[in-house]
Amino acid sequence: MTDQESSGGLDRRTAMKAAGATLGMAAFAKAVAPIVEWTTTGGSVDEFLQKHYRELTPDQLEVVLRRIEAETLEDYGAKVTVEDVPPLENTKFGYALNLSVCIGCRQCAEACHEENNHDRASHNSYIRVLEMDKGSMDMETGRVDYDHAVPQSDKFYMPIQCQQCDNAPCVTVCPIEATWKEPDGIVTVDYNWCIGCRYCEAACPYHARRFNWSKPEIPAAEINPDQSYLSNRIRPQGVMEKCTFCLHRTRKGKMPACLEACPTGARVFGNLLDPDSEIRWVLENKRVFVLKEELGTRPQFYYFFDE
Amino acid sequence: MTQTLPTDQDPGAAASHHHGQRFGYGRFLLRMMRMATDGSPLFYAWMIALTAIWLVGVHTWGLQVRDGMAMTHMSDHVSWGLYIANFTFMVGVAAGAVMMVIPAYLYHDREMHDLVIIGEIVAIAAIFMCLGFVTVDLGRPDRFWHMMPFFGKFNWPGSMLTWDVLVLNGYLLINLHVVGYLLYKRFLGEKPSQKWYVPFVYLSIIWAVSIHTVTAFLYCGLGGRPFWNTALLAPRFLASAFVSGPAFIIVLLLIARRFAGVTFGNGPIKTLSSIMRVTILISLVMVASEVFTHFYAGGSHSASSRYLFFGLHGKTALVPWTWTSIGTTIVAAILLFRPKVHEHAPTLVIACVLAFIGLWIEKGMGLIVPAFIPSTLHEVVEYVPSEAEWRITASIWAFGLMILTLGLKVALPIFSGRETIQSR
Repeated sequence: MTDQESSGGLDRRTAMKAAGATLGMAAFAKAVAPIVEWTTTGGSVDEFLQKHYRELTPDQLEVVLRRIEAETLEDYGAKVTVEDVPPLENTKFGYALNLSVCIGCRQCAEACHEENNHDRASHNSYIRVLEMDKGSMDMETGRVDYDHAVPQSDKFYMPIQCQQCDNAPCVTVCPIEATWKEPDGIVTVDYNWCIGCRYCEAACPYHARRFNWSKPEIPAAEINPDQSYLSNRIRPQGVMEKCTFCLHRTRKGKMPACLEACPTGARVFGNLLDPDSEIRWVLENKRVFVLKEELGTRPQFYYFFDE
Repeated sequence: MTQTLPTDQDPGAAASHHHGQRFGYGRFLLRMMRMATDGSPLFYAWMIALTAIWLVGVHTWGLQVRDGMAMTHMSDHVSWGLYIANFTFMVGVAAGAVMMVIPAYLYHDREMHDLVIIGEIVAIAAIFMCLGFVTVDLGRPDRFWHMMPFFGKFNWPGSMLTWDVLVLNGYLLINLHVVGYLLYKRFLGEKPSQKWYVPFVYLSIIWAVSIHTVTAFLYCGLGGRPFWNTALLAPRFLASAFVSGPAFIIVLLLIARRFAGVTFGNGPIKTLSSIMRVTILISLVMVASEVFTHFYAGGSHSASSRYLFFGLHGKTALVPWTWTSIGTTIVAAILLFRPKVHEHAPTLVIACVLAFIGLWIEKGMGLIVPAFIPSTLHEVVEYVPSEAEWRITASIWAFGLMILTLGLKVALPIFSGRETIQSR
């Protein structure tokens, strides 16, 4: 090869490289277009830079709450209030459920669906009701997809939701402290901090956690406007959520939506630290048990039978 | 550590003085980038093909970020799938590269020492793939900074996932340092200073074990998932890593010898195939041990195994995968029995490919998915990856192969002394 040829080859090669690089850049721009589109319409810079809930000052939190209200109005066309409802002093919430009277009607699950602004398409709820064979406590005999009149005489019914464990595996495994146990015993999620790795969902032994596989869809008219930051506000896409014992209600002295919806009075909710509470009476006078006690999760959700 | 590198006698050291000024690491990196973008038509074709596959996946991932992970077939029942399966397997490949490092540095195997950089580059590419698979599994990748120590909230030491972040990135940095330093010194024709790489090499050996142990702990620490909650998981991970890593490297070495003109004796192949011959049996024994425990005792804790091997309530999506895996692994083990298998390239390559496929299934879909089936409330909801998941997965494999190709493209000429500071 002569010098001339080699330098000509080099020029051609450089030109080819430049052309290749240009084409490559164009293809790359095309490839990442959905991300660019999502960053310009999906979330704000303020949201991106937002600190962890527990590190926000009252002023900063105020700004965040108003921003979420504005986002809800823009995205869903609904005027809502998003509050921060702090835990009550000397309170630890507990829940008990009477399996003798539960008829498996799933009104609790339905009430949860509405109260907590769940995605309508997937008909999500924090409560699953198992229909179990009498004579067995093995969940392997249970079904959640039963579709017939209830109650069936040879079955009993076991609603399952977050057990608000004192030793919660979901809290332990979260890499970024996006989920934690509040002073009143409720395990909460900062929906604006969660990165959506779903490790908590793998860790939970009770199938209590849900992931937002897509952006929740709810018609404006159906949105419950009384919302709180840590509970029933409409969750963003790509983050975890779970039952919060309706803290926006219970921290104000009301009962959880699932309890109010129950037609048989199977549900008992209250403050475990109050010796005169009904929940304490149940724990002291009934034979109660917790689910999967052998795992050491120490649930604060109890089950009992009447006799 | 008294041995010297083959090119220590090169006049390169003098050459760097001829230039009058020091050839800095930054300039060296630039030179490497130039080497990485210059090659034969075959090289360009290969890189363009990989780039195309990669970009298709990047686009699909963009859609997944924008429209939500409903594009995957994961659900609240099976919340981890193909991505985490590939992640787990690639951690093994990364750790498996240490099977070259140990003979090369600990036992002063001269021939292995000349090739060890290939193993380290495989580890680097594999770790990049691991990071890729974890990233595409995130619902909110835009919030990645929440996971950065000091900036975000790092739940260490409680969460095993934070340990995994530390060990994987640490392993990546250690290998980047060792590879970069040795290549730089070789390029300059200088003798590498032992204190700048020997401690890191030893560290990388311990670290290789740690990345796989920690990844196993990620799963076996979960009491609510009986299928994972076994003390055998970490040892099983290690055994299979020391099959899949060497299997990949053997095939890579044979390709490099055949097509890239890399010359070496049969020693390294013999060492690696001897390692595989043992580790594949240990791996199989551990699987058999798990199978016995689950099926003999029975009960609801064995439901995942029943699903994996035979199907449950008529749901059998994983059964063909499982038996394929068992079949290919056993055939590979038998092929490796052949005396002097290292001298029979076709047999060896078939064995390596079969073992690689078998373990990709066993430690991927076969390990991740059944832990979710049945669910913790014993619902049987199946999972078959969506087209989007396959596209994104292929894209990360293409990305890994790109890093591997570029790494070897740069490292092989330097390490063999063909490309030095003196060559233009």
